[in-house]
Amino acid sequence: MASVTFDHVVKRYTADLTVVKDFNVEIKDKEFMVLVGPSGCGKSTALRMLAGLESISEGKIRIGDRVVNDIAAKDRDIAMVFQSYALYPHMSVYDNMAFPLQMQHMKKPDIDKRVTNASRILGLDNFLKRKPRALSGGQRQRVALGRAIVRNPKVFLLDEPLSNLDAKLRGQTRIELQKLHRDLETTFIYVTHDQVEAMTMGDRIAIMNAGILQQVGTPGEIYDHPANLFVAGFIGSPTMNFVPATAQNGSAKASGFTVKLPKPLEAGKKGTLGFRPEALTDRITDEANSMQMKVDVVERLGSDQFLYGQVGGDAVTARVDPRMKVDPGDTVKLGLDTRTLHFFDAETELALL
Amino acid sequence: MTIASEQVATPAAERRFSPEWIGQVFSKILLHAAVIGITLVWIVPTLGLLVSSFRPLEDFASSGWWTALSPPFKFTFDNYQQVLDSSNLGNSFFNSFMITIPATVIPVTIAAFAAYAFSWMKFWGRDFFFLALVGLLAVPLQATFVPILKLFLQLGLTPENVGFVGLWLVHTGYGLPFAIYLLANFFRALPTDLFESAEIDGAGTLTVFFRIVLPLSVPAIASLIIFQFLWIWNDYLVALVYVGGTPEFAPLTVTLANLVGSLGQGYQLLTAAAFFSMIVPLIVFFSLQRYFVRGILAGSVKG
Repeated sequence: MASVTFDHVVKRYTADLTVVKDFNVEIKDKEFMVLVGPSGCGKSTALRMLAGLESISEGKIRIGDRVVNDIAAKDRDIAMVFQSYALYPHMSVYDNMAFPLQMQHMKKPDIDKRVTNASRILGLDNFLKRKPRALSGGQRQRVALGRAIVRNPKVFLLDEPLSNLDAKLRGQTRIELQKLHRDLETTFIYVTHDQVEAMTMGDRIAIMNAGILQQVGTPGEIYDHPANLFVAGFIGSPTMNFVPATAQNGSAKASGFTVKLPKPLEAGKKGTLGFRPEALTDRITDEANSMQMKVDVVERLGSDQFLYGQVGGDAVTARVDPRMKVDPGDTVKLGLDTRTLHFFDAETELALL
Repeated sequence: MTIASEQVATPAAERRFSPEWIGQVFSKILLHAAVIGITLVWIVPTLGLLVSSFRPLEDFASSGWWTALSPPFKFTFDNYQQVLDSSNLGNSFFNSFMITIPATVIPVTIAAFAAYAFSWMKFWGRDFFFLALVGLLAVPLQATFVPILKLFLQLGLTPENVGFVGLWLVHTGYGLPFAIYLLANFFRALPTDLFESAEIDGAGTLTVFFRIVLPLSVPAIASLIIFQFLWIWNDYLVALVYVGGTPEFAPLTVTLANLVGSLGQGYQLLTAAAFFSMIVPLIVFFSLQRYFVRGILAGSVKG
């Protein structure tokens, strides 16, 4: 059980190739922290530095109170689940899970107890004698988890553990992982590029882009109050609508509509107006915050209906009541809920609202 | 067989004799003919050797081996009898093992360690040394005889002094470049994640080597052992050069070749001798071939 601290951590491969820049984050004890970002953003590198698989160019990483920069991977009291699972193909499931304990020179009966316990938690009891190649993808993934569990580590590191599973299994495993986190009461650090995994699993999320930490917060905070344009665009599906706009006294003017701002901005300020598809509705409460949308494509999902179209010169997506009757080519009038409006500075891309 | 598998989808009457059907059958016939033809061409000389080894000397010297395939049959075990009766044979057989087994085990062992270092350990000049080593593959071993023999003489590594040791050393030297090259390529293809996982699990370099790399490399090592074993067992030149002067250390190949007199008399014995010396390689091949199983890595990584 331990917290993890990244203190001004930098990873530099060559003078001009820095993949993690001044990374600062504190992960609390027993927290489920998700590192998320597009591929190549440095999230895996950050995890691998913590695991001890990559050296740390600058800064300090602490597990608990201990600086681990110069401590070998095996002595950091962590366990890692790899994207590929990295099971030892020539060993049985039992031996795969026993391997880290054998390396610690643990006594046989103790190893047996731990492996049996972990395999019961993961439902692998009947597969202990099998080789990995005789298992399904989901079972292999659980063996990889089991190998981590038996060590009783202070911190679990998971590097995109679900990306090799099919969609249905991924959904199930997501739930199982959360249960596991609750049962084990251990710090989990989870790397993914999938914002749905991040939103659903994380106690908190750290979003990275191009080696720079963008924002850390609970899923709710990040969804409702993205710190900048990148975070706003990365989290949420379909993505937030972005429309170039100019602030006027108390309102913002875009090419096709004008809305009241929840709080006034400096007049003439240029930037990007951001609003989520669900902020649009066909029930108009205030004529002043409405817009005409020319619908190009309609997607009916049963529970939702997505409209893709144009407002003025800008592409806009709306998530509306599935009972609303719309056909491609129609022009519909939609109201905008100004409470969830975002305005991003044109230069800094930071959120101003 | 060909036709039966053709009839799955549509009724036979419709498909049979259609232009596609004829085309398919024709291309299959061509393929089989080519394969069988090549196999026959390949096997004919060996067959000739086998037939000849059972023919009496006078026939052997006067007519082609194929004439023995038609009556009257005049097969004999004389050649084998003579080969087996010749002095030194048991001793040479033993020598061949004494040479081949260490000269296989030593280089394969060294190569396994070296290949692991070359593929998974970081050290200064690694790529340079690897390239230099692979470059040695291009050195013709005949060019090394004189300098090495001179060196051995100076160091006293002659058969009289050290028995087979000199031969083990040269076979190790000649075998290492290829052995390291082969194994390093195989080791390098093992998934990185396995090594990182083992590192986190707390396995040291030697543990990783013995418990992960070696068990996963059984097919590569088995084929390397077969290559090296066959090459040394069948080697004549190197053995002749390094221990040929002392018959009590000569391997089977050298002794059998000596059955033929300096004027070529007794060369019919070579046919029987060839089959006699083939026994061991065949045993080795068939006993290790089950390790040539592909897909031993299946299931380690990904789904």
